[in-house]
Amino acid sequence: MKPRPATVRIAAGQGFWGDWLEAPYRQVTGGPIDYLMMDYLAEVTMSILQKQKSRDPSLGYAKDFIPLMERILPIAAQRGIKITANAGGVNPRACAQAVAETARRLRLGGKVRIGVVTGDDLLGRLDGLLAGGHELRNLDTGRPLSEVRDRVVSANAYLGAWPVVEALRGGADIVVTGRVTDTGLTLAPMIHTFGWRPDAWDLLAAGTVAGHTIECGAQCSGGNCLVNWDGIPDLANVGYPIVEAAADGTFEITKHPGTGGRISVAGVKEQLVYEMGNPAEYITPDGIADFTTIQLAQRGKDRVRVSGVRGRPATDMLKVSIGYFYGYKAVGTLVYAWPDAYRKAQAADRILRQRLADLGLKFEAVLTEFVGADATHGPLARASARLDQLPEVQLRIGVRSPDKAAVERFTREIAPLILNGPPSVTGFAGGRPKPEEIVAYWPALIDKRMVEACVEVVQV
Amino acid sequence: MRKKATRRARRVRLLDLAHARSGDKGDTANVGLIALEPEYYPILVKHVTAARVARHFKGMISGPVERFELPNLHALNFLLHGALDGGGTISLKTDAQGKVFSTALLRLELELPK
Repeated sequence: MKPRPATVRIAAGQGFWGDWLEAPYRQVTGGPIDYLMMDYLAEVTMSILQKQKSRDPSLGYAKDFIPLMERILPIAAQRGIKITANAGGVNPRACAQAVAETARRLRLGGKVRIGVVTGDDLLGRLDGLLAGGHELRNLDTGRPLSEVRDRVVSANAYLGAWPVVEALRGGADIVVTGRVTDTGLTLAPMIHTFGWRPDAWDLLAAGTVAGHTIECGAQCSGGNCLVNWDGIPDLANVGYPIVEAAADGTFEITKHPGTGGRISVAGVKEQLVYEMGNPAEYITPDGIADFTTIQLAQRGKDRVRVSGVRGRPATDMLKVSIGYFYGYKAVGTLVYAWPDAYRKAQAADRILRQRLADLGLKFEAVLTEFVGADATHGPLARASARLDQLPEVQLRIGVRSPDKAAVERFTREIAPLILNGPPSVTGFAGGRPKPEEIVAYWPALIDKRMVEACVEVVQV
Repeated sequence: MRKKATRRARRVRLLDLAHARSGDKGDTANVGLIALEPEYYPILVKHVTAARVARHFKGMISGPVERFELPNLHALNFLLHGALDGGGTISLKTDAQGKVFSTALLRLELELPK
């Protein structure tokens, strides 16, 4: 039997769908790594992809994954770098197919095996599940899904690391998944490399913490970092993070030499608390990680050691991410200039609201913000800013309604203010805002036994 | 004399004691507040209570505030419920994902004994 390696290096290449296109390329070329991990799926991404698939059954995955693979596959194949990515969205098989075609075109036929993880998509099974007594109650509001069933556009259970492990054990070089957790994509290579057992809760928790640390890409290597933000070097060439993990569950966060950004204890702390609920209970399908047990230490320049992570057994439930049609919204903006910029914007807001009321338009919500004054910090900012001296203010007004016609009419009420409202107004070059369909997020839980992951590995 | 001494206090901005990062989960914003120096952590624990933070964000959030302690990271985690106008895709806010509640919290001024 081949001896197991002492460490495994897992590099983050995308923190979300739309992240820096250069990052994955630089991760595979900038120094030695064993795995490239890429997270594509945010909460509402699945419903966008489901909509694309309903129009064209060959779509429904992160399309820019394919040109990216075209760019990095030859290097990854040559260097033996494996890839885990949830780019498959609601159509992992079509995504894998497209990757396979790309590989063949690159003359990598016979050299690449692709793993596909499915089974997370519950949309076609929803009525059966509801009939079987699975209410899929909203985790935030407690309401049963039956109330919005006819408006559901996507429903996906979060799978964990184990199906990805199975694909790697089956010899996959690239694992394309649907809704696998962000952390599972990093944990799986660790489980696979070190042969961790399904009840090694501390180790699984450590791998989960590693995944959480790098799942947002550069957000742990100097990006969006508040501590000494203007002293962080060369963000133009920011190095995305790399986990160097050992079999005992300890790991170090680092980045390729010669890259920009910074890996510091303070920066890693910021990422650890990002999108955190109860830190003692970070629940994943693979187990529960206790973030109050994490110990951090700076181990040299751009290198932070993480140890001490404790975990607890997984729950019997899986989280389900459901998207449902909610209504329409639109946001319009205008910019008012000095003098009295803020007062002019306020006056325009009053006029606009009166016109909407006079038209008898009904909205679920109308929200006004004054960008430059209070849009981000609200009354806290108004209390301290010199509001009478602002050089310019952007009036930003948004409406939301189940009635598309009302939202449409609202979008026609912005531009007239340029000529028939308060003076010194500009910044309307973008034209009339477009009403947008709202697909809202419905988080729920389901009995684990109702969801079975399916793993296939195919030779290209 | 003694009375006067106990009344004396210094005002300290949270910005000078801590850094922070915030994000969203549905209609809830979370703010992770991290002490800049380990010795500041007990000050945060004592003075930056859930009630104090709820007062700070009055008018900006519609639900309660929860607080969790991470002594290992010298950090506190706050959950601000009802902070995001419905959150995610529903929200009309510029900061629909609660990204800058972090620095809004750092505006808080504490009255510390001299």
